[in-house]
Formats: sequence, structure tokens, C-alpha cells
Amino acid sequence: MNTPAELKYNATDEWVKVEGNIATIGITDYAQEQLSDIVFTEVIVSVGDSLKKGANIATVESVKAASDVNAPVSGKVVEVNEELGSAPEVINTDPYGKGWMLKVELSDPGELGSLMDAAAYEKYCQERGH
Amino acid sequence: MPEATIYELTSAGRQGVRFPDADVPVSPLPAEFAREELPLPELSEIDVIRHFTRLSQKNYCIDYGFYPLGSCTMKYNPKVNEEAARLPGFAAIHPLQPEETVQGALALMYTLQEWLAEISGFKGVTLQPAAGAQGEYTGVMIIRAYHESRQDDKRKKIIVPDSAHGTNPATSAMSGFEVVGVATDASGNVDLDALKATLDDTVAGIMLTNPNTLGLFEQNVLEVVRLVHQAGGLVYGDGANLNALLGVVRPGDLGFDIMHFNLHKTFSTPHGGGGPGCGPVGVAAHLVDFLPDPVVVMVEAGDDDTAPLYGFRRPDKSIGRMKSFAGHFGMMVRAFCYISMYGGDHLRDIADYAVLNANYLMHKVKQVYKVAYPRVCMHEFVVEGRWDDAPEVHALDISKRLMDYDYHPPTNYFPLIVHEALMIEPTETESKQELDQFAEALIKIAQEAHTQPELLKSAPHNTPVGRVDEVKAAKDLVLCCWMPDSK
Repeated sequence: MNTPAELKYNATDEWVKVEGNIATIGITDYAQEQLSDIVFTEVIVSVGDSLKKGANIATVESVKAASDVNAPVSGKVVEVNEELGSAPEVINTDPYGKGWMLKVELSDPGELGSLMDAAAYEKYCQERGH
Repeated sequence: MPEATIYELTSAGRQGVRFPDADVPVSPLPAEFAREELPLPELSEIDVIRHFTRLSQKNYCIDYGFYPLGSCTMKYNPKVNEEAARLPGFAAIHPLQPEETVQGALALMYTLQEWLAEISGFKGVTLQPAAGAQGEYTGVMIIRAYHESRQDDKRKKIIVPDSAHGTNPATSAMSGFEVVGVATDASGNVDLDALKATLDDTVAGIMLTNPNTLGLFEQNVLEVVRLVHQAGGLVYGDGANLNALLGVVRPGDLGFDIMHFNLHKTFSTPHGGGGPGCGPVGVAAHLVDFLPDPVVVMVEAGDDDTAPLYGFRRPDKSIGRMKSFAGHFGMMVRAFCYISMYGGDHLRDIADYAVLNANYLMHKVKQVYKVAYPRVCMHEFVVEGRWDDAPEVHALDISKRLMDYDYHPPTNYFPLIVHEALMIEPTETESKQELDQFAEALIKIAQEAHTQPELLKSAPHNTPVGRVDEVKAAKDLVLCCWMPDSK
């Protein structure tokens, strides 16, 4: 299981990469492994939308299950990864790179404190039996 | 050998039926409706018969073998049900016939409504919904209508435990509610603290399955019902697992306000491709007026000399019609027949044996498969299809390998809260010998997973079609046998 040290992690298996005031969001390597082969992804928010932490931002479907992706932080959507529609499998092959889902302008950077660091997230995944 | 598709068997110019010359003047189709080409398969009658006969023989069905598909209750469907449903008085009537000419059918529907109400502890029942999911939709529409009738328009949320069937959140969303998830605690029950945190005056209700999809009796059920009622919400029961409770527990007595039944599961009518389904809904007294239009009522009570008179009636605050005519009447006949065969005194046997069989099987396999929540189970149980010392093997591989042993696989990857879930429901209709053989196959497969994992990874080997590419199947949809010309 790959958990890059520079990222922050949400309890519902989303990662956040913070650069200045912009947070890039995707789902973790653990999440993609649990889902197995992803066959469909739909980001259901658009550029300009204001998100509240916890809001449903995307749906990911694999051969095993359909799963909601939640906003790990609040903010305004500034960019959506349009490539995922035609190539959802990049979430399996490159969850932290090409598999990114959206970028938001943080409205409450204080929320980042409630996310886990890589070590805490790894421990959290192990406790869930993997 | 895989069977070719009927389009591959085609032979240009071959015909199954020759139409006689028209004995009326022929008028051509208007040009805008006429097509130059219609690529339908061309075969003789015997080619068609053989093709579909071969396909039917490759089909796995409950009449062929053990079918432990958890949550689906693939119990045997007694053939006497089929006899009853084909009686001309039932099979040859038309839904537009005057009521006085279909009194027998109405009497059957009325009696079935009464029986289901008695079995479940509810006051009123509609037989109209076409299947379980539409039953849920009916039930949640009733929840909405109930709150609206009281001008309680703040209630926009439905609570759904994370062990729920996927139809529960779908139904809630479809009915315009916001879905709020609640976690499962370490013993497999609804987490009461998590539930309490969601409860306020915006909650319209909860959708609760009991036994839940882990195959466990919801031990906190009375407290869940109390808390939701205290917050002003209604309690919807997903009756998919009623098989485990028949004659033992009545959901109405537990305080449920609404519940759907799956006649095609609990009451042995065909499903799984053989349907159609039938998803009656039972409601407590305060919701009877909201039932779909129409319900069957006894218009005039009979006496020793005169039969009662039955008819359709629209409930006062009805949510309206959910289904054309009277619903799937043939399924009602089968369920009526099934309940009659057991009688009030023996319906309980169904639940007793369903639970006994599931526990017997669980104990046979639990040494090699980790039981997700090791408690006495109800009518089904969930194990993990994985081992730390056979890391490449997944639940799917076990399921595929079971096909080589001539069994239908159990449900896999559901419920979502169990890793590599295998959900096994033997049903009450299986014998000890059948259960023993199935357990033996599962145990053998567990050994193979450790000694010859490639045997599982490449399974099935003995079926007409081997391992299918599920990713390709999900992504590369071909929904026609021929591609219509794009215009």
C-alpha cells in the first residue's frame, strides 16, 4: 500500500495535496485496491461550486461496488479532472497522479488539521483489516 | 462449448415460417417507415428450438442445483404453486372484467392481504408493487405523504445503516430525501451512538433490515425503533429477510410502521430471471389511508348461504397507483398457495429450518473461512473469502471455483462492510446431505487456495464459458447484436 508522506488523508479514504491555497483531491491507493478494477467515475461537482467538507463530490464504480467520494475539505472548485470520464482506470494505476479528481481553493485551511498524516492513515487502514 | 449467438447461426434466406398470400388488398408501408435492411437472424424452426433448448440446459437454476446466493433467498419453488397459478379461473381472467365476474380472484387477493397483515403484525397491506424495490418506493412515498399530511415539511432525511441493501439509499434518493448513513458496531448491530447523532426533527425515517445483511438479528431493534419514533421519524422495514422471522417475530409488534415483503423470496414465487416479482407493503394503523389505490376490500360480508362480495377501493389519502391493474396477480396466487400449504401452525418451520441450515453450514466451514461477525446467525451468514497466507486469492476466485464443483456461487462483495465478503444463504429447502457436500467443496477450495492458487485464479474450468472479463463487460457495452447505422 502506497501512502505518500507529503499528503493528508481523510477517514473515508480521500487524499489531499496542498499547494498554497489550492488542494488537489483524489482517492487513496488503499481505496482503489479495495474497490478493484474501476470501470466508471463521475465527478458530480463543477468548477465554481462551493463545497462543504463531507459533501458528495464523485461516484466511483468498480466491478465490485459503487462508492461515493466525499470532500475532505471545504472550498471552491477550481478544476475538475475531465480525463477520468474516458479513462477511469488511471485511478487504479496512478491514484495520486493522473487519478486526481478535482482541485479546490480552500475556504477553511484550519480543516486540514483534522486530516490524518501518512503514518496515521496507514495505521488506520491496517486496523480495518488490511 | 459456448453456444453461438443466434445472429451467428443465421443463414441468409432461411425461414422458419412461411406466410400465406394475403387475402386482403396489400397496402405498402409509408416510405418514411420502411427500412431497406432489417438484420434479424434467419433460421429454421428447429434451429431456433435447438438453440434455446441448448441455452436452457446450460442455465443454472434452483431446479438443477444448490443456489446459496445470499440475500436472494433462492429457495425451491414448489410445483404446486405453478399448477395453482395456471388454473383457468386465475390464468384466463382479464383485469378489465367487471368485479362481480372475478370474485374468486378478489377473494384470493383479500385473503392474502389479510394473511400478510397477520404474519407481519400490520393493519393494512397493498399487493400492488411489482417487486421489492418498488415496494420500498411505495413505502417511502407513504412516509413522505404521512409527514406532508401533518404539514411537517422539515423532514428531508432518511437514515440508512451501512449494512443496508443498495436499494434503500436509492429508494430514499429517488423519493427526494437526503440519505444519511449510520455505521455498524463491532457486534454487527446499528451503532446506537452514531444513530443518535443523526436524529433530529429533520429525520423522516429510517430504513432498517432485520435480520440485517450480515445475517444477524438486529439486537438493538427495539431501541432503534424507540429513538427514531422519539425524533418523530417513521421506521421502514426492509422485509427482504423475512424468511428468517416467519411465525417467530412480527415486525409490526417490534414497532415498525411500514415493511415490504418479497413474495418472490419469502413466499417462494420464482425470481432471478424467472420472475416477475411481487413486493406487497404492510403498514401500521396510522398509515392505512395512504396505501396505493386500489386495495381489495370486502364490500359485503357473506353468511352461510351467500358468499361475501369483494371489490376495489381507493384509500382516503392514497399516494395513488403504483402499478397498472392489480399488480402481478400470478405471483399472488403462488404465494397464497404456499402459505396455504404450510398453514398458520407450520409457517414457523420455514424460519426454523432456514436458520438451522445457515448455522449448521456456518459451523461446518468456520474453521477455514473467517466468519465476519461470529454470532449465532439467522438465515444467512457472511465469511471472508481471503487468507493472509494466500494473498493472491480473492472472494471472486472462490466463487468462480465453486462453479467447477457444480454449485452456484454465493453473493460476493456484499455487504460492503465485510472485506472480500462471501454471503451464503442455504435456505430451508436444502437437506443435510446437500449442505454437507457444499461445505466439503468450500473446504476443498480453501485447501486449493493454499496449494494450487492458480486453479482458483483461472477458474471456472468446467463451464461452457471460462473466466469472463468483467472490466471489459462493464466498460465496453454492446447492447445490440448489430450496430444500427448512425444517421
